[in-house]
Amino acid sequence: MDTIRLTIDNREVEVEKGTTIFQAARQMGIDIPALCYMKLDNLGVENRPGGCRICVVEVEGRRNLAPSCSTVCTPGMVVHTHTMRVINARRTVLELILSDHPKDCLVCPKNGRCELQDLAARLGIREIHSVENAAVSTYKKDTSPSLKRDMDKCVMCRRCETMCNDVQSVGALSAVNRGFMAVVAPAFEQRLVDSNCTFCGQCVAVCPTGALTEVDHTGKIIQALMDPTKKVVVQTAPAVRAALGEEFGMEPGTLVTGKMVAALRRLGFDEVFDTDFAADLTIMEEGTELLDRLGRFLGGDKTVKLPILTSCCPAWVNFFEHNYPDMLDVPSSAKSPQQMFGAIAKTYFAEKIGVDRKDLVVVSVMPCLAKKYECQRDEFKVDGNPDVDFSISTRELASLIKSANIDFLSLPDEEFDAPLGESTGAAVIFGATGGVIEAAVRTAYEIYTGKKLDRIDFKELRGLDGIRHATIDFNGTPVNIGIAHTLGNARKLLDGMRAGMYNFHAIEIMACPGGCIGGAGQPFHHGDSSVIKARMDAIYREDAGKKIRKSHENPYIIKLYEEFLGHPMSEKAHHLLHTHYFDKHD
Amino acid sequence: MDKIELNKCQKDKIAEICAEFGNAPGELINVLHKCQGHFGYLPEEVQREIARHLSIPVAKVYGVVTFYSFFTMQPKGRHSISVCMGTACYVRGAEGVLEELKKELKIDVGGVTPDGKFSLECLRCVGACGLAPVMLVDEKVYGRLEPKQIKGILAQYE
Ligand code: SF4
Ligand code: SF4
Ligand code: SF4
Ligand code: FES
Ligand code: FES
Repeated sequence: MDTIRLTIDNREVEVEKGTTIFQAARQMGIDIPALCYMKLDNLGVENRPGGCRICVVEVEGRRNLAPSCSTVCTPGMVVHTHTMRVINARRTVLELILSDHPKDCLVCPKNGRCELQDLAARLGIREIHSVENAAVSTYKKDTSPSLKRDMDKCVMCRRCETMCNDVQSVGALSAVNRGFMAVVAPAFEQRLVDSNCTFCGQCVAVCPTGALTEVDHTGKIIQALMDPTKKVVVQTAPAVRAALGEEFGMEPGTLVTGKMVAALRRLGFDEVFDTDFAADLTIMEEGTELLDRLGRFLGGDKTVKLPILTSCCPAWVNFFEHNYPDMLDVPSSAKSPQQMFGAIAKTYFAEKIGVDRKDLVVVSVMPCLAKKYECQRDEFKVDGNPDVDFSISTRELASLIKSANIDFLSLPDEEFDAPLGESTGAAVIFGATGGVIEAAVRTAYEIYTGKKLDRIDFKELRGLDGIRHATIDFNGTPVNIGIAHTLGNARKLLDGMRAGMYNFHAIEIMACPGGCIGGAGQPFHHGDSSVIKARMDAIYREDAGKKIRKSHENPYIIKLYEEFLGHPMSEKAHHLLHTHYFDKHD
Repeated sequence: MDKIELNKCQKDKIAEICAEFGNAPGELINVLHKCQGHFGYLPEEVQREIARHLSIPVAKVYGVVTFYSFFTMQPKGRHSISVCMGTACYVRGAEGVLEELKKELKIDVGGVTPDGKFSLECLRCVGACGLAPVMLVDEKVYGRLEPKQIKGILAQYE
């Protein structure tokens, strides 16, 4: 390793060549403030436009202050991060940003979680000057089913642009206009719904301010909960339990499954169910579909579409509908767990308890913003009544809990309700990249070979590398598996596959970095990827601690097929649990 | 802005220009320049075509078009009027001239008169500070302008 030595704040330090002043300072415990800069280590996510200049430092021998986030250390460099000149420069920059920023923090959706607020507090700004002749810009707000854009609050850090273009390769957002009118927007400043946005929400996940936020359904949920004529049930996605605690000051990676269930019960939900149940169901359907296609392929049928692609991530579904319209018959037709849950809740469960679907409100708690869009797609409605009425994020659930006077930390651990609350370890790992395919392998292997697995953990499918592959031996039949997380990596994998670089039988794709644990509805990671890693570890811990770890062994799933669906991919299952895709290419 | 349909011939022209620059994303600015030279402006449909040929998001194309002031999404009038807003002209009354033009033409900066005759825009110093305030109609320079002359000048154009 090539290293160099330099001095920061009168202390010498040795760093790897290519390290920026900002990173070098971090390594010594000096926390230089930053605004535009953001980096997720090990996830290939970095925004370093060097534009905001909040991070400036003094470098001896240089006339101008240097932005530390984008200035690389050189040997013998002498840096000062805290001088009068630096302090004044930072404050001036921030005051200028604030002068073109609305002053409605108290009612801003980002209140308390805003990096601009934090910065103003940290730099001790006590007054906001208005700049003469610089009319504060006003833009039309843009609301889509998943996210809201309020560009008056944009500070042009361009993190969202980096996520949408470099990480997701979607390209829905770009910096447009100049000067005070500069913002990040879709082409022709059209609405996001009219663009090729996938609603992955990763722009929201990194926006430091209230410029990009999720559509908030908490008000509607309180209303439904207070309505005596409605039966309200809730389902919670696997990734939520691994992150919700962070909103209450708990360490990242703390599992709060039991407290979450208790909180939902206290909020007034009539039944607290688990999306994990539907994840097990997804495995039954998707796994059977995989085996069906694989069996036909091995039998010499040349018409089968392989590889099978997972379809449980709605942002990924939007992405291939926009970008790969010629491949609409390749992904699994299985609905996402959220939608499978809704379909079963509003048929099987509604019948069981004798409630009309119109009086049954299904709420989902998701780490995801794309699910908000997904649940209002027309094909997931019956006579206008959606299978899932509202989808809220992990953050929205935290707000609901806080607003209902519940002291989360002192809650006891409680259990999910039956029958849609029982799940296996295979379902839990849906929350992390590689988890869906591992769960599918656990079931497909046993069904295909007729043998019991002697190991349940497929460590070769886990990890945080953007594109991974592994071959699993199905008792003599090698099954090639590909995994990608982030849509940029998905594109690389698909293009590589088209170019004949890979030969996969099954591919799992998740739109968010790390999978759903890094979803845009999760507590903000503020650029710290160790948070995502900790959630991932928590997910695998939960799996390891489960009595049943294979979807096909879930007793309530077995019962559901016996009582209601028949068998996987039966006509009824097809009708309720499978979907089709649309060409959205323009 | 109204959407326009491009005909085959126009689409071919865009393809030709893009190909001339090797369909390279890095040549976006040059491609836009040449296309604006050809069409007079850069409407949405033209930008979409360019994005397709250069394999870049249309949002990026739009970003560049809105960043540089010499690109325009407005069709030009038959005569294009530019008022200099450079320091010298500004100090010597360019704003009054501009106001008069807006009043006479009943359009804003960046607009085109409904009959397509005139379009109006502003420029930075055109290097004729001695004549400030200055306006250009097509290639012709008018200097030492006073608002009251505007009506007469406009009347000279067909
Ligand atoms: S939600 Fe995703 S696809 Fe849509 S603009 Fe944001 S980053 Fe881009
Ligand atoms: S919308 Fe948010 S993330 Fe995007 S540039 Fe503006 S402040 Fe930054
Ligand atoms: S990876 Fe998960 S959280 Fe992200 S968009 Fe897909 S389903 Fe939603
Ligand atoms: S944080 Fe370094 S320039 Fe913005
Ligand atoms: S300022 Fe108008 S010509 Fe120089």
